[in-house]
Amino acid sequence: MSASAESLRARSAIFERLRAATRDPQNTPLDVSAALLPLLADPVGETRTERFIRHARSWRAEVIETTQADWPEALQALLRARAPRQLFAGPGSEIAATLAACVPPQQLRWFDREIAALKPELFAADAGITTTLGGLAASGSLLVMPTIAEPRTLSLVPPLHIALLHESQLQDSLLSAMWHYGWASAMPSNLLTITGPSKTADIQRMLVYGAHGPRELVILLVQDGVRS
Amino acid sequence: MSPTPASTPASAARDGKRNVYFFATCVIDMFAPEAGFDAIDVLERSGVQVHFPVRQTCCGQPAYTTGFPEEAAKVAAAQLDLFPEPWPIVVPSGSCGGMLKHHWPKLFANDPVKLAKAEAISARTIEFTDYLLNVADLKLDSASRRPLRVALHTACSARREMGTLECGRELLSRLPGVELVEHAHESECCGFGGTFSVKHPEISAAMTSDKLDAIRATDCDAMVSADCGCLLSLNLMLKKRRDLMRGQHIASLIRERLDGGEAQ
Amino acid sequence: MSGAMAIKLADFQANARAALKDPKLRDSFTGAMDFLIDRRASQFPDLEAFERLRKVGEAVRQQALSKLPELLEQLENKLTSLGVQVHWAETAADANRIFLDLARRHDASLMVKGKSMVSEEIELNHEMAAQGIECVETDMGEYILQLDGDRPSHIIMPAIHKTKQDVAEIFHEHIKGAPLTDDVNELIAIGRRALRDKFSAARIGVSGVNFMVAETGSLVLVENEGNGRLCTSVPDVHIAITGIEKVIEKLEHVAPLFALLTRSATGQAITTYLNVITGPRRAGEKDGPREMHLILLDNGRTQAYREERFRATLQCIRCGACMNHCPVYTRVGGLSYGTTYPGPIGAIISPHLQNLKETRHLPTASSLCGACGEVCPVGIPIPDMLMRLREAGRHSVAQSATPPQQALRGQGEVRQLAEALAWKAWRLLYSHPALYRLLVWFAARLNWLTPPWQGGWTQARAPLKPASKSLRDLLAERQRKQN
Repeated sequence: MSASAESLRARSAIFERLRAATRDPQNTPLDVSAALLPLLADPVGETRTERFIRHARSWRAEVIETTQADWPEALQALLRARAPRQLFAGPGSEIAATLAACVPPQQLRWFDREIAALKPELFAADAGITTTLGGLAASGSLLVMPTIAEPRTLSLVPPLHIALLHESQLQDSLLSAMWHYGWASAMPSNLLTITGPSKTADIQRMLVYGAHGPRELVILLVQDGVRS
Repeated sequence: MSPTPASTPASAARDGKRNVYFFATCVIDMFAPEAGFDAIDVLERSGVQVHFPVRQTCCGQPAYTTGFPEEAAKVAAAQLDLFPEPWPIVVPSGSCGGMLKHHWPKLFANDPVKLAKAEAISARTIEFTDYLLNVADLKLDSASRRPLRVALHTACSARREMGTLECGRELLSRLPGVELVEHAHESECCGFGGTFSVKHPEISAAMTSDKLDAIRATDCDAMVSADCGCLLSLNLMLKKRRDLMRGQHIASLIRERLDGGEAQ
Repeated sequence: MSGAMAIKLADFQANARAALKDPKLRDSFTGAMDFLIDRRASQFPDLEAFERLRKVGEAVRQQALSKLPELLEQLENKLTSLGVQVHWAETAADANRIFLDLARRHDASLMVKGKSMVSEEIELNHEMAAQGIECVETDMGEYILQLDGDRPSHIIMPAIHKTKQDVAEIFHEHIKGAPLTDDVNELIAIGRRALRDKFSAARIGVSGVNFMVAETGSLVLVENEGNGRLCTSVPDVHIAITGIEKVIEKLEHVAPLFALLTRSATGQAITTYLNVITGPRRAGEKDGPREMHLILLDNGRTQAYREERFRATLQCIRCGACMNHCPVYTRVGGLSYGTTYPGPIGAIISPHLQNLKETRHLPTASSLCGACGEVCPVGIPIPDMLMRLREAGRHSVAQSATPPQQALRGQGEVRQLAEALAWKAWRLLYSHPALYRLLVWFAARLNWLTPPWQGGWTQARAPLKPASKSLRDLLAERQRKQN
């Protein structure tokens, strides 16, 4: 293909110019963590969970505190209140069986095909539920790793995103999560932090929720006894 | 005050006096001499022996910032030997002071002999309000107690390059009767910017105009600054507007208040 | 660059003059910039903490630039192993040709695009439209501008110069069935509905990149709206385009830059989404692009890189804080610049992307107040860069110490004989104390000769007139009295 020959020519020209420059490659290790510390300082006496909840709510996420035993009931209550026509969910996810048991079958839709075959339904859906990898206390963010079971668009296309988060999976910050999961050596194809519902202030700086992603984010925060 | 650097450190030491060089700046020399005169007077009242090297001209900033550093370097080079004694070099302008302190060494990066001299000058350069507040021991208690609401415009180079914002504020707060009034967008540039005001006169005028409106909106009695470049631009617009207020150098206000105090 | 753009550029001063006379425009910019300045300040209450973080951000960017060719190779290898096709483009035309080839190969007549300043730089929308391919902006602000045939005036808040009434009319006119409403919630809902159809239909999604991570081959995208995620998750093909300078070495380096970016840009502690994409859809995954391309654009960046004193220009993370704090930008607005990147960062990057002569008014359109350098989250000494560009424009390679191979495009072409001579005369007077004293002496005594008209200065100010006694005169008088 002609483009690649041109691309190769451009590549060598660019590298030639870069390499001709006088430079002194630096390899000083950078203490990224120390510099971020002041931004991450905890208010005295606040637990990680309390901190997560405070921040998440400030970003307009709804946080429902529940337990491992009770979250299906909390979900049912939520579904009764919001009455979505369908709830999209990932087949084969760790919560699939529970969902199948607690959500009426006419309401539950599985993301069970490739997106190309599912677009009309997915784009018409009004709710999606996902698990999360964890959360970030410092910013009230969800840490979401889309998988084969739970595709990327599940947390993106439906206007209501319900996310299940285990308190034990809370990390302090993005940096501590990066270190905890060791992503630098094994990166998933997609990794997200989600902080509140999608939003825009592009018209006269007026904040509007529900730009292109969810209008609402509801977090079912499962207290699993590991409160730090 | 000695017009030439004649007095020796020895004689100065005998007097028990502090010595400083005064770098007046060409703007003050030609356009705002009273500011320089008052600054020298105020320094002397604080017991400082002021030396005015008569061969001084300009810090070179206009050419330097316009893109002619080689011309600026020649002007600076002609003045490198004017400050032989190890005395502070007091500059009644954050902008020109910033030029001596931060940019003169850059002009001579390739000339070790001149560079050493420029670095020595840089190390001794101090802005007027900084010197007055932090080195000189000027007593302001005896100054006039007449109430006066004062707006302070701090030049961008004083604020950002020389870090002397607080010096001006602190000096005003030590003047009895003087109340510092804040104006909107206080940290914003007055729009002078040297050759900027000639190359982009409309943008410059819009900035100066907004600055004056903000200061005027405070209902202040007086406007001061420690930079005569900004004051020229502000005052000449006031004149064009037929507004009778004129900004003055902070040294002039201090001198006036001291004189007023003596009279009371 | 297109001819139209060059004409606009030459008119910076005319554009600025017109903008200054538009009270509505000035109000909207002043209001918006004050808002952004306050928001940013609220995120950095502790200046020392900001300085500390900024030092790390600066070090991350400087270190990456110091190893740029090595990191680009590492990134390319990593991306290739992940199955991403890496393309190199020296010019805007190269990049557009790559887009066109890919579109033709996929028989795509529609692309959806997330916010990307580099795609603005290459005028992707226009170039694709000329080939019959619709490239739809999906960022709300950019979408409004595209419908209206307008250009972004701010790199973060592109439609800041439009009011809700403007948007109401634009949507009503261009979107089928859109009612005329200036309710902002309703307007965003209209945009959302109109664009959802495009997301669903497009074969190709285009995005920019905020950071590229060499060690993992990840592309990092920062956004609030979700359109960037849609562009990179729904279509079959994802084409990312960015400048070669955007690479950083380590994944953990994302953390400080992300913290600096969102706080500096919109004064938010974090955006809704941080989207880290590492290669195309993997086996078994049900969405995400099957095919992924990265176009790495030079377009003048190697010129800024080549000379050490301009290299810091490339540290930029495109937060826009310099423009928010710029008293010139605030008054003339982003469109007056006539360049892709307006404001202080535009004034220091545009001369490299285009050339010094075309962009000659931009480096001088600054009072060098230093507000830009003060807030820059990665420590770019913008005022110094402006001065160096002023110098380079006025000194040919022969007139300066520049090695010929480091000549900038348009170097020396801004030089005007009258200006150069004026500074030579100035130097002559000011470097000879006797001549200077003579000048001051005459200026004081002949001050009544001051011309009443002094170019632009006297448009809004009284003439600059020497005092009738210089400081020297006053000091000499005093000396006489004392003796």
